[in-house]
Amino acid sequence: MEIKNAVAGTLESGDILIQIAPTDTSGLQIELESSVMYQFGAQIKNVITETLTALGVTDAAVKATDKGALDCTIRARVTAAAVRATGKDVWAD
Amino acid sequence: MNTIKDRAALIAEAAKKMNKEVYNDSEVKKNITPRHELQRKSSKVVTLEEAIKKSGLKNGMTISFHHHFRGGDKVINMVVAKLAEMGFKDLHLASSSLIDVHEPLIEHIRNGVITQISTSGLRGALANEISHGLMKEPVVFRSHGSRGYAIKSGELHIDVAFLGASSSDPLGNAAGFSTSENAKSICGSLGYALPDAKYADHTIILTDDLVDYPNQHNAISEADVEFVVVVDSVGDSSKISSGAIRDTKNPRDILLAKQAAKVVMNSGYFENGFSLQTGSGGASLAVTKYLRQGMIDKGIKASFALGGITSHMVKLHQEGLIGRLIDVQSFDKVAAESLMNDPLHKSVSANEYAAMLEPGSATHFLDVVILSALEVDVNFNVNVLVGSDGIIRGAIGGHPDTAADSALSVIVCPLLRGRIPCVVDEVTTLITPGSNVDVVVTEYGIAVNPKRPEIKERLLAAGLNIVDIHELAEKARSIIGNPAPLPFGDKVVGIVLNRDGSVQDVIKNITE
Amino acid sequence: MFVPGNNPGMMQDAFIYGPDSIMLDLEDSVTMAEKDTARLLVHNALKTIDYGNTEMVVRINPLNTPYGKKDIEAVVKAGVHVIRMPKTETADEVREVEAEIEKVEREIGCLGRTQIMAAIESTLGVINAYDIAVASKRMMGIALGAEDYSANLKTQRSPEGMELLLARQTIVVAARAAGIDALDTVYSNLNDMETFRKEVELIKQLGFDGKSIINPRQIEVVNEVFAPKEKDIQKSLTILAAIKEAEKRGSGVIAVNGKMVDRPVVIRAQRTIDLAIASGIIKKEDIA
Repeated sequence: MEIKNAVAGTLESGDILIQIAPTDTSGLQIELESSVMYQFGAQIKNVITETLTALGVTDAAVKATDKGALDCTIRARVTAAAVRATGKDVWAD
Repeated sequence: MNTIKDRAALIAEAAKKMNKEVYNDSEVKKNITPRHELQRKSSKVVTLEEAIKKSGLKNGMTISFHHHFRGGDKVINMVVAKLAEMGFKDLHLASSSLIDVHEPLIEHIRNGVITQISTSGLRGALANEISHGLMKEPVVFRSHGSRGYAIKSGELHIDVAFLGASSSDPLGNAAGFSTSENAKSICGSLGYALPDAKYADHTIILTDDLVDYPNQHNAISEADVEFVVVVDSVGDSSKISSGAIRDTKNPRDILLAKQAAKVVMNSGYFENGFSLQTGSGGASLAVTKYLRQGMIDKGIKASFALGGITSHMVKLHQEGLIGRLIDVQSFDKVAAESLMNDPLHKSVSANEYAAMLEPGSATHFLDVVILSALEVDVNFNVNVLVGSDGIIRGAIGGHPDTAADSALSVIVCPLLRGRIPCVVDEVTTLITPGSNVDVVVTEYGIAVNPKRPEIKERLLAAGLNIVDIHELAEKARSIIGNPAPLPFGDKVVGIVLNRDGSVQDVIKNITE
Repeated sequence: MFVPGNNPGMMQDAFIYGPDSIMLDLEDSVTMAEKDTARLLVHNALKTIDYGNTEMVVRINPLNTPYGKKDIEAVVKAGVHVIRMPKTETADEVREVEAEIEKVEREIGCLGRTQIMAAIESTLGVINAYDIAVASKRMMGIALGAEDYSANLKTQRSPEGMELLLARQTIVVAARAAGIDALDTVYSNLNDMETFRKEVELIKQLGFDGKSIINPRQIEVVNEVFAPKEKDIQKSLTILAAIKEAEKRGSGVIAVNGKMVDRPVVIRAQRTIDLAIASGIIKKEDIA
């Protein structure tokens, strides 16, 4: 899927900032920085991958800066970034 | 005849018998200097380098410090830098605590100046490095009470104590405040430094306000002081109330504080003459505010408040709600100034504050203590030292001392800090054993130790939201998910001593 | 309690302060550039976070903006209890929102689940208050939005609130005539708890059922002023006892004094009892 640069989220406590950019290589490259890296790093990456895959975004460079966001927040921010990157909304017009 | 001349032979004989000289009047010379000049000087006043040299400090010895200036402390970094410059190696640094500002110690550890540390806590970059295995020898952690007692008993032998003071006279009568017009700093109580001053082989006072003899209301006595060093600044007083101490506007802290106040008021210990202590941390400090109203409404007065004294406590004392303040550490400037001005506000040394084996420790007479926690587990064990990421980021303080000695210990902690759970299956590091923890207050409910069924009854009768502590751990898990195991290595970087001196737990290094 | 829809930290925490109702906001507290991501946050929060017995409300953007329709789809699909319409001026607007809600509910098979609350924030809205209140059977309450209303009146809010008197009374009268709730506007100066308390006392006396708040610190005052009276407690206890009885019989239909009792009434009864316990009026063990 064709994508452009997009950002969603904030750096406030309990939130996550997601930056999506197009990439030449295939697959998702996720670069994660988190205040709970040891305990939840792998899980956060999983949620990001699952959410993007479900939206059909398979090739992208993702930079995530996490401030202790819950999975539901990560899902929302990743979806918002993907919607902005692809221009395809998840809600009917 | 019986003049002194006639008795000369008898005097000589008595002297000989006692193995003493005969008094010789011609050798006596009276000092006729005006005394106000003498009051300003003494041979004890030397430079830091001279004091170190004259103290006889050698490689491998133990040096000690206090942390009453908290984030504003300048003494530790200054003295250790000087020791490094003078070529000392292999020293054991025994401080009452270490915090963010002591980051420069990392270099001195790398260079072999410091090879051992004993403390109550570690924070910031230094703590992070040590958690990752910076030191060969593990750091030894003691509570404030047990540090005081270990110094007294000789288990923690101090060769040279370097103690910052906001005022000292040339003889070494020193205090944590200054009444002179040149006062530069104020930290209030010097409670953690008093065992050091008394039992160290050599005590050096560093002060930024050398006052004329006699420095009254002194906490440290000249009899215990060998040298006095005048420096530009011993500490930045404005930073005393930074770090763990803050007056909270956070609605979650306010909620927790209100709940904790309700716990105290319905616990059965809220009676005229009760005694009270609050630990650091926004919520536990704020409890005082909400207890105040309850005390006024019910006409209840406390006999004393103990421990880290805050401006809230001072306010209650001034309003007549608390009889006396017993102060091992002044948590803010208002408390420090009250200690200076109020005769019913007294400082106490660490071992008389909270040592288990000191019969007169104030904690033995404490009814209620309100404490914070990094983690509590389903067995009510508390961790206040190591973060949920395995990295040291706190201090034991008086936590285990006050929890064990008080009639009622109340832990106030949020269930979640961001995505970090505070009620867990097992604490990362055991600091205060659950057998001494009575009530845990969270924003999702209050858990009572099954060992205290009568407390549970009383709180239920008061309509408080009492839950099983396992439910709290489950609730946390359902919100944030299951944390992955921490990447601990096999090296022991810290040893936690129980207050009875036994080894209670070890802290392993973090590998990532 | 109002909670900005673009602040995940506050959305997670709102529940712990025990408000009767949490209103996640997609409208004024969210900038145009963040409407899409706030909508997704609110959707995911409603789906995931356990808000217990708290009534969940979302304030959507008006349907005449590019956001309103999507807001409705997102929150209805997430199972919101109540949609709050901002700046409601006519009964037609309510019916338009109702039609949109119905469309989404049909799609996911839960027709009739979502209730509506209308905020009246203009002079025209006040004039049409009763029509709005009866425009839909989903309507559960009407609320005053005083900031826009006083601007529309060409005045400003005062501590005494004289300028709001007609609007407040009109809304209470319309709500009572329609048999729904009347809710009062927010008070935004957090540092003046005295004036806030006076305002809460005033609106309770006027007949309002509740007060909108913007910070957990305001909850205690509202609870104190609105602490349930003996009569309400007795009524709620009767309702809850009837439920227990019905559950025992395995019956889904509950009637008290010959009147059908539906879910919001039960929730409110439970809330009255919770509030009575919280205010120390009754004790937990007194409830059989």
